[in-house]
Amino acid sequence: MYNFDVETPGTVADAVAAMGRDEAQALGGGQTLIPTLKQRLASPSVLVSLSGVAEMKGVCTGDDGQLCIGGATTHATVAREATQYPALAAMASHIGDPAVRNRGTIGGSLANNDPSACYPAGVLGSGATVVTNTREIAADDYFQGMFDTALDEGEIITEVRFPIPEAANYQKFVQPASRFALVGVFVAKFADGVRVAVTGASEDGVFRWSEAEAALSSDFSAGALDGLSLSGDGMISDLHGTGAYRAHLVAVMTKRAVDAVA
Amino acid sequence: MPKDGGIGASSKRREDVRFLTGTGNYTDDINIHGQAHVFFLRSDIAHGTITSVDTGAAEGMPGVVKVFTGADFEAVGGMPCGWQVTDKHGQPMQEPKHPILAHGKVRHVGEPIAAVVADTLEQARDAAEAIVVDIDELPAVVDMKAAVASDDVKVHDDLTSNLCYDWGFVEENKDATDAAFEAAAHVTTLELVNNRLVANPMEPRVAVGDYARGTDESTLYTTSQNPHVIRLLMGAFVLGIPEHKLRVVAPDVGGGFGTKIFHYQEEAFCTFAAKACNRAVKWTSSRSEAFMSDAHGRDHVTKIELALDGDNNFTAVRTETYANMGAYLSTFAPSIPTWLHGTLMAGNYKTPLIYVNVKAVFTNTVPVDAYRGAGRPEATFQLERVIDKAARELGVDPVELRRQNFITEFPYATPVAVEYDTGDYHATMDKVLEISDRDGFAARRAESEAKGKLRGFGINCFIEACGIAPSNLVGQLGARAGLYESATVRVNATGGLVVMTGSHSHGQGHETSFAQVVADMIGIDENMVEIVHGDTSKTPMGMGTYGSRSIAVGGSAMVRATEKIIAKAKKIASHLLEASESDIELKDGAFSVAGTDKSVAWGDVTLAAYVPHNYPLEDIEPGLEETAFYDPSNFTYPAGAYTCEVEVDPATGEVTIERFASADDFGNVVNPMIVEGQVHGGIAQGIGQALLENCSYDENGQLLTASYMDYTMPRADNLPQMDHYVVDHSCQTPCTHNPLGVKGCGEAGAIGSPPTVINAIIDALQSGGHDVAHIDMPATPARVWAAMHG
Repeated sequence: MYNFDVETPGTVADAVAAMGRDEAQALGGGQTLIPTLKQRLASPSVLVSLSGVAEMKGVCTGDDGQLCIGGATTHATVAREATQYPALAAMASHIGDPAVRNRGTIGGSLANNDPSACYPAGVLGSGATVVTNTREIAADDYFQGMFDTALDEGEIITEVRFPIPEAANYQKFVQPASRFALVGVFVAKFADGVRVAVTGASEDGVFRWSEAEAALSSDFSAGALDGLSLSGDGMISDLHGTGAYRAHLVAVMTKRAVDAVA
Repeated sequence: MPKDGGIGASSKRREDVRFLTGTGNYTDDINIHGQAHVFFLRSDIAHGTITSVDTGAAEGMPGVVKVFTGADFEAVGGMPCGWQVTDKHGQPMQEPKHPILAHGKVRHVGEPIAAVVADTLEQARDAAEAIVVDIDELPAVVDMKAAVASDDVKVHDDLTSNLCYDWGFVEENKDATDAAFEAAAHVTTLELVNNRLVANPMEPRVAVGDYARGTDESTLYTTSQNPHVIRLLMGAFVLGIPEHKLRVVAPDVGGGFGTKIFHYQEEAFCTFAAKACNRAVKWTSSRSEAFMSDAHGRDHVTKIELALDGDNNFTAVRTETYANMGAYLSTFAPSIPTWLHGTLMAGNYKTPLIYVNVKAVFTNTVPVDAYRGAGRPEATFQLERVIDKAARELGVDPVELRRQNFITEFPYATPVAVEYDTGDYHATMDKVLEISDRDGFAARRAESEAKGKLRGFGINCFIEACGIAPSNLVGQLGARAGLYESATVRVNATGGLVVMTGSHSHGQGHETSFAQVVADMIGIDENMVEIVHGDTSKTPMGMGTYGSRSIAVGGSAMVRATEKIIAKAKKIASHLLEASESDIELKDGAFSVAGTDKSVAWGDVTLAAYVPHNYPLEDIEPGLEETAFYDPSNFTYPAGAYTCEVEVDPATGEVTIERFASADDFGNVVNPMIVEGQVHGGIAQGIGQALLENCSYDENGQLLTASYMDYTMPRADNLPQMDHYVVDHSCQTPCTHNPLGVKGCGEAGAIGSPPTVINAIIDALQSGGHDVAHIDMPATPARVWAAMHG
């Protein structure tokens, strides 16, 4: 890797100040960034490590009953401590391997917005709110395409707030080599309707499958999905599966998610 | 009952103490005072003409010692090829130059163009980025049939075509084979791909070159399976260093699987550069470099036909195979699709007529060479798949179709030039049916179907040829090396032994199993025997470890040397006991006079050899050290039968291995635990090939699977639970021509298992009403789903 400075702020305010330096790059758990640096594919002048910012770590329940997860909280912590939202905890417990889960963070995953990552499905499927040092962003506004988000330059995810659904489940069909999601579907049933978020499949990154949401909102059963299908157009097509295969898997995984909790 | 020492005992692997406690000594652990580091600038273009390489800026960068390009190596030899194949017209294969650093053209992604030696690796990388390389990109040729069909894109301008050779075997059988197909009652045809693999040993390749100006001696530390072969090839054919001035050390090596047999450019470079820079030069491959510089494996495209008579007897086999050589000939590449593949096409069956055609092809890809099994998995896969397809077409039990065609009388001369010394294929078939509980399969299938899954049972046989030999025969077949093995047994004064073997251990556990053999022969504790390997300055000239040859060939050399030791020790004992030499018996580490209670201990004899006060100096020399070279009279022929049960999820195409069983005949077994570990590992790699692994290039010669993000290695959860992963080696027909009666076990699992998995998948899909006759490896979920909805 190329040389760079490292800042290790202890507060959000210090982190934001550090991010003001030229060519600064926030460092969460580093599960994508560090390999990228090692391959010399990125050359930030300063890495701002967020892992020492205590106020960005941990899991709690807010006054409004929402699950609040600090942006620098690791997947392992969420898996262990987000007991009020078992579907989300279960999802976190299957990201990567133990080493990844002990380093990788929710904020890092969301800021990167890998089209095959799990968290975008959990956040969009839950209708969560991404809280940054400057504002609150609804999940529906946050994800803007592959590796693209609503974050501004230097903006830091400090917290993510999840409403707790009546029932939820995440089904992941893994890409055999990386074990990222070839297709991952997060289904969450709320009093006012069902949300279905899909990761891994689309060339536009995580998306909501509105036809499935409508069908499930009126009848929360796998049978309600009979006859529904997605087109393979616009789906990722690569060594591990065509767009048509991914589109097929979305329907299969959605049914399985519903079956698991209906 | 397990023995508690010696041959047949499951002694714990002594080398694991250091491997599991982080105290091994791998090549990357070797650091020489003042060493520099090299970074190779590799081509990211598959095919192109190099118009300029400007190193000016790089040479002035901090820490840079020297920058090398292809021009620096014009005076030295290219990378040599160790096997010359003669084509069906009697002409030698086309053999292109293989430069250490690309010169004139680049021919595959990953080919080194320049090398920067600097004080640190980061400085070398920084400087490499300052090298300006201009390449006129040319169209790349990746598809083998396209490469042969047209000369529009030639990998090597100075060759007549992209065809390395067109080999017919046995050419004299071709017309009779064709006639047998004309007369056949049934012909089954199968076209298939044997997928390209990357070996991925846990330890990447490393080379450290060192040079002593005072003595003009060069030393290369390298991750090799055969240090003497590297010394001979690099010293004699590349760099022109006489062997007495060149030492090659392969210390602890973390897995090879074939890809560390070959002599690589980086080894020659580090040795050359150490002298040129008068500093040790070190290179450690990154995993990314390994994907595009380690020789790949397999990559055959085959059409096989099987002819049967009206009674379902096999009457002929005919094949046409395209075998990818990559851009250059790796050390043993030409031999893999020919002599290690065509000779195995009889399999376990008495097919009277066989004709094998192999077209070896140059493409703009990484060179392809031996990978665990090397030619034999390719032979086994096509033969056992076409037999399975024939059984389905004829509506007969695949077990019975195989049984009725088994070779049952030994020795058996096949129509493809080899003679099986011994075997019992019905025995291994009986055993695998028993341990796999085939009788219970119907009930297990019903359980799977109740869960909405399809379940299939796959079965097949395999045979392999290990310990390729004798040297005078393989010389006639084109080998440019001998294939013997060596051992020196040095007995110390106090009775301990050091065995210096030409075999090399890179995970096989030789330090344990070889010691068991020698200790057993003398009747002493195996801890009194130390095994030394991997250093040309310590061991006699040896050919190294590959092709499951080490116990059969290296072990036999060790036996021969130990026999010489025992013979001499008996002379000493007869002197000490004042008895006739012919009356001396060795048992449990003591020499006794037959029929008396007079005896002398092993340690007293060895002490006498080195403190020869009471010693027959007029008859024998002092000391107790003997060397033997063993050149086998034939290959060994391990064989077996494997079964696999898979579940297929019809909704996703996902395949899971529910049960796997193997019944192998390895002849005599030295250490059952080590043998079982070898088979478990081999099957894991075979399952990897069948379900997961696939090295893929795009049409421009870009490597699509260049990291573990896209190249799928088998993981523990891809394998069946251990109680359903049964490996058996109780069927034993000892080899008739080596002193231990052993056959070799290292590759069996990787050879026998790929067709088993695919046969099981086809069985599962057909049970679900899917008209799928074949599916190419790897049978990924996407491929299986596509086949079901084809």
